[in-house]
Amino acid sequence: MLIKPAADIRPSEITPESVYRSRRRFMRESGTLAAGAATLVGTSAVGLPAEWLAAREVKPGEPIGEQMTSESDATSYNNFYEFGTDKGDPAKYAHELTVDPWTVKVTGQVEKPGKIGLEDMLSGIDLEERIYRLRCVEAWSMVIPWIGFPVKKLIDKFQPTSDAKYVEFKTLHRPSEMRGQRSFFSSIDWPYVEGLRMDEANHPLAIFAVGMYGKLLPNQNGAPIRLVVPWKYGFKSIKSIVEIRLTKLQPKNTWNVLQPTEYGFYANVNPNVDHPRWSQASERRFPTTLFKPNRIATRMFNGYDEVASLYKGLDLTRYY
Amino acid sequence: MLSKAGLGIGRPQGSSGRPRTLAGAFGSPLRVAKLVVFCLLALPMALLGVDVWREVAQPGSAFGPDPTEEVLHYLGQWGIRILLLTLAVSPASRLLRKPQLVRFRRMMGLWAFSYIALHFAVYLLSKAGNPFELILKDTLYKVSFAVVGFYALVMLIPLAITSTRRWQRRLGPGWRKLHRLVYPAAFAAWVHLLWLSKGDFMDPLIYGLVLALLFAERIVFRIRKERRAAAANAG
Repeated sequence: MLIKPAADIRPSEITPESVYRSRRRFMRESGTLAAGAATLVGTSAVGLPAEWLAAREVKPGEPIGEQMTSESDATSYNNFYEFGTDKGDPAKYAHELTVDPWTVKVTGQVEKPGKIGLEDMLSGIDLEERIYRLRCVEAWSMVIPWIGFPVKKLIDKFQPTSDAKYVEFKTLHRPSEMRGQRSFFSSIDWPYVEGLRMDEANHPLAIFAVGMYGKLLPNQNGAPIRLVVPWKYGFKSIKSIVEIRLTKLQPKNTWNVLQPTEYGFYANVNPNVDHPRWSQASERRFPTTLFKPNRIATRMFNGYDEVASLYKGLDLTRYY
Repeated sequence: MLSKAGLGIGRPQGSSGRPRTLAGAFGSPLRVAKLVVFCLLALPMALLGVDVWREVAQPGSAFGPDPTEEVLHYLGQWGIRILLLTLAVSPASRLLRKPQLVRFRRMMGLWAFSYIALHFAVYLLSKAGNPFELILKDTLYKVSFAVVGFYALVMLIPLAITSTRRWQRRLGPGWRKLHRLVYPAAFAAWVHLLWLSKGDFMDPLIYGLVLALLFAERIVFRIRKERRAAAANAG
């Protein structure tokens, strides 16, 4: 496997001076915000101690020149079938989930497999804010400020072997606290599984998020730790991760198993390859209003052209 | 036009010969029952109207971040519910031996059509800002659940138009045949729902079961009728 040289860092990824200057202010503000959130949610609902994020230094994200989705929309309109299939179900029922304590198991093709508590896992990892577009396969999109760190940083801690070609992620399976997993009518074989190719996981855009909007992740958004892969459809960005397995073979991701003609392994945002049941050429950017659906053109790789090189020579119509 | 047909006001009164006034309309229990059913079927629409009003007054207050989609699903849900309810009228009248129930059918069918037509209008609205060809692509020739839903609506249009007594008389026995279109329409509506379902199949399963029962009752009824006829001929 080729390891990309450090020269790959684009000028835009280097923090501008003005942002640097505002860093201290941001930290103070996000600190108060996080503390405020904790009093609202209650300590049992957060995966990490409430003070945890406030005490951390978070590098502010770069604005992308697009209107950010409001926090209330991003935390009340969710696809998290573990809590029900209605968009409002996760916000309604995710509080039933206990995310403290939380451990993540890392297994497979790694030199140092093991189980690790979230706080230990995150010690020594720098957190940064990333303002990303989120494009759902259902043709709607949001712009969300995540707080997290590159996937690569965590995986490297466990020292992948040369046989590690893919990364498989698993969501918690706990029907007693996740009512969607108890549903008789669900066709999903729990737990939810997603996967990335190793080079995709190592791409600097792929992050694990532990927070959003300056606060710890709410349960309905995948607390306490989730994946965010902004150039792929939202279902790839698996939530509430409890297991990471490095594999030789391509993982079988949940939606692909369920409906292989509609959901592929790659799931790259692609306006030229339609979902068999609807067009992917455009999307509804939230918030929409009743008489203005705010439909915008969908961009290749959701506008993240820097990932195009990962797919050179790959027929994206076949590997959708 | 809808409310007139629905309330049964301003139509010839058959043999009763009562004055065609509102006061007269409230005279018979059937009229009162019709008014009640009318209001019940109008209720989801009225509630939607209230929410739309709230939404217009303060965007984002009534439907969350995606109001058009919410309204679309709401109208579609009520459309198929009332359509199935309409299809249940004849079996119910047979099972309960209450032939007068059939008098509610036209109004119910027209309400089902209203919800479904509005559902389609909102769908077009949700595509606003898109080039026209995309609407065409989605609804008319692309293999998609939208196509089946569109067929259901197209089949219901002639039924709504010919729902009046005048058309009933004009078409004679053909009217009954034409109105059998409601079966493929209901089936298409159900396929539309099934097709757009993702991960959770509660709604299509329940509606499918209801639809299957309603179809089964009709088949049983037909077979019995033919047997009775055959027995009568033999006797």
